[in-house]
Amino acid sequence: MNQPSFSRCLLAMALASGLSLSSLANAQDTIKIGVAGPMTGGYATFGEQFWRGASQAAEDINAAGGVDGKQIELVKGDDACEPKQAVAVANRLLDQDKVAAVVGHFCSSSTIPASEVYADAGVLMITPGSTNPQVTERGLPTVFRMCGRDDQQGPLAADFIVNELKAKKIAVVHDKDTYGQGIADAMRARLKELNADDRVVLYEGLTRGEKDFNALVTKIKAADADTVYFGGLYNEAGPLLRQLREQGLKVNFLSGDGSLDPAIVTTAGGPQFVEGAYMTSVREARNIASSQDVVKKMKEAGFDPAGFTLYAYAALEAIAASMNGAKTGDGMKLAEWLKAHTVPTVLGPKTWDAKGDLNETSFSLFVWGPDGNYTEMQK
Amino acid sequence: MDWHILAQQLVNGLTLGSIYGLIAIGYTMVYGIVGMINFAHGDVYMVSAYLTAICLAVLFSFGIDSLPFALLATLATTMLITAAYGWTIERVAYRPLRGAPRLAPLISAIGMSLVLQNGVQLSQGAKTQGVPSLIPATLRFGEGDDFVQITLVQLLIVVVSLTSMAALTWLIQRTSLGRQCRATQQDRRMAAILGINTDRIISTVFVIGAAMAAIAGVLVTLNYGSFDFYIGFVTGIKAFTAAVLGGIGSLPGAMLGGLILGLSEALFSGMVNTDYKDVFAFSLLVLVLIFRPTGLLGKPEVEKV
Repeated sequence: MNQPSFSRCLLAMALASGLSLSSLANAQDTIKIGVAGPMTGGYATFGEQFWRGASQAAEDINAAGGVDGKQIELVKGDDACEPKQAVAVANRLLDQDKVAAVVGHFCSSSTIPASEVYADAGVLMITPGSTNPQVTERGLPTVFRMCGRDDQQGPLAADFIVNELKAKKIAVVHDKDTYGQGIADAMRARLKELNADDRVVLYEGLTRGEKDFNALVTKIKAADADTVYFGGLYNEAGPLLRQLREQGLKVNFLSGDGSLDPAIVTTAGGPQFVEGAYMTSVREARNIASSQDVVKKMKEAGFDPAGFTLYAYAALEAIAASMNGAKTGDGMKLAEWLKAHTVPTVLGPKTWDAKGDLNETSFSLFVWGPDGNYTEMQK
Repeated sequence: MDWHILAQQLVNGLTLGSIYGLIAIGYTMVYGIVGMINFAHGDVYMVSAYLTAICLAVLFSFGIDSLPFALLATLATTMLITAAYGWTIERVAYRPLRGAPRLAPLISAIGMSLVLQNGVQLSQGAKTQGVPSLIPATLRFGEGDDFVQITLVQLLIVVVSLTSMAALTWLIQRTSLGRQCRATQQDRRMAAILGINTDRIISTVFVIGAAMAAIAGVLVTLNYGSFDFYIGFVTGIKAFTAAVLGGIGSLPGAMLGGLILGLSEALFSGMVNTDYKDVFAFSLLVLVLIFRPTGLLGKPEVEKV
């Protein structure tokens, strides 16, 4: 049978027109917004925080009347923290789902290539968690952050290492990724300013996905370091911490926001290995006065809005506010509006500078307790 | 470098190398007998890590508090189920392609690898899973801060690897099953004419390879405590490298390749730089293959007429 029968053609045409009609109808009463991040893979807990936070925000905004009378419909995009997949997801969100804006991505190495795709299409993107400076340093007008930058986060750790811990020998380890090496370098840059760079006795990169860092740990031991700074994510931070402790090193351990997640207790194999580790991250959002209602609502629904959850919530709030304010779906106009206005969010009022960075950001230092929970350290 | 640091790096390398060797056995045996690379083997190892955690959880939930018994029972169950995985994979993905060109089973193997990864991801979730540290005991030699230490689990890894290797060598060299394996490897058609059920022998080889990967999976889970559905990839690549380095198709070669790879990674990482330890390991592989294209202990393939 070489020629398709006439009736089959007809059926196909009917189906096709039916589909396009229904999607047109959809496009009129909803606004699609993408939520992109590592929904699967080793960093899926961050993806889940994004999705839960954005979903709660969409629910609340829709209940209050939606955006310009239209309901928000979220579309999930899974980049698994893989740069290649992030680009594919970005293209899919734009071409297939026709999203009007994007909350995402998480890993800076994914956010940077994906943001190029959004910027080319003139679509607004707000990342709740990518802290690498390059995200906003490339002059892309539609790229925004809901969090701070590693050149603010790294120095916080460096100040603590020098002023509080009074470290004499510092080992700096990173995971050779955009985020991990970036934050480690930002930390080192601050050490240089403090005239403490000569205290760095070791600066090396490990490989993401590996579990055995014993050789590196022995090397840290040989270098006689008293403090280890790790730029990377909890999947590697956990085994590294465990192997440091197993080899009997009583060093101080510091890391950044990529490691501050309850999952590190699992990857380390128990809270006894994580106890006493210090980590910098975005401010604990669950304690802010403006977030209490949302926190209560989400906890009642069975989800603890830890880490970046409320940052994703705020990112969607900012998108909705700009759409209501600028009365358009054009990403460039939305971006201009955001840079000119103060947006009230669950995290408090926020304003952005010309690059798309927040004007006011604050990072905090956290410390892990013996029970496998972390607490914000008071300054 | 102090003696204790060097000795510690040797311990690190030996442990890592033993694990590479155990997994490399699966690659090398399958290559030896059917001449194909079983790319799904790393993922079989990954499955065994999950099985270890599930077995331990089930045993402890039944209130079994004897650790040695729990570990032995876990090892046995994991080996059994993982072996069943190995058998099924061969049956489903490779046997139907026995007469096909060599590339077909290779593609099928990559497909199988994806099926296992995504299957585990869907059924067990994408999050990293973990097992709490069960055997905290360590042996330390030396005084003060200048000590060499080997944890009980590391010791277990080295001892179990060498024992399994010895048992397997005995099996291949001395038993009737081993003779049939070697006959099938040398000339499958002739072996079949002489009354050997070659399909059954090939299945057996897959089962043995998977069981070895299961041993590695149990040991690694005890040692590092955490795993996800993707661990088979990195470890699989390394174990495959070990098999090629030692001479693919050669059983002692797999263990030797594993140990050389593990030791060179640890020593290079310790003395030079961790960033480039993989570069060093793979440069070593290239060098070996230039001077000995069949690997360290591999036999040159004689063109069959």
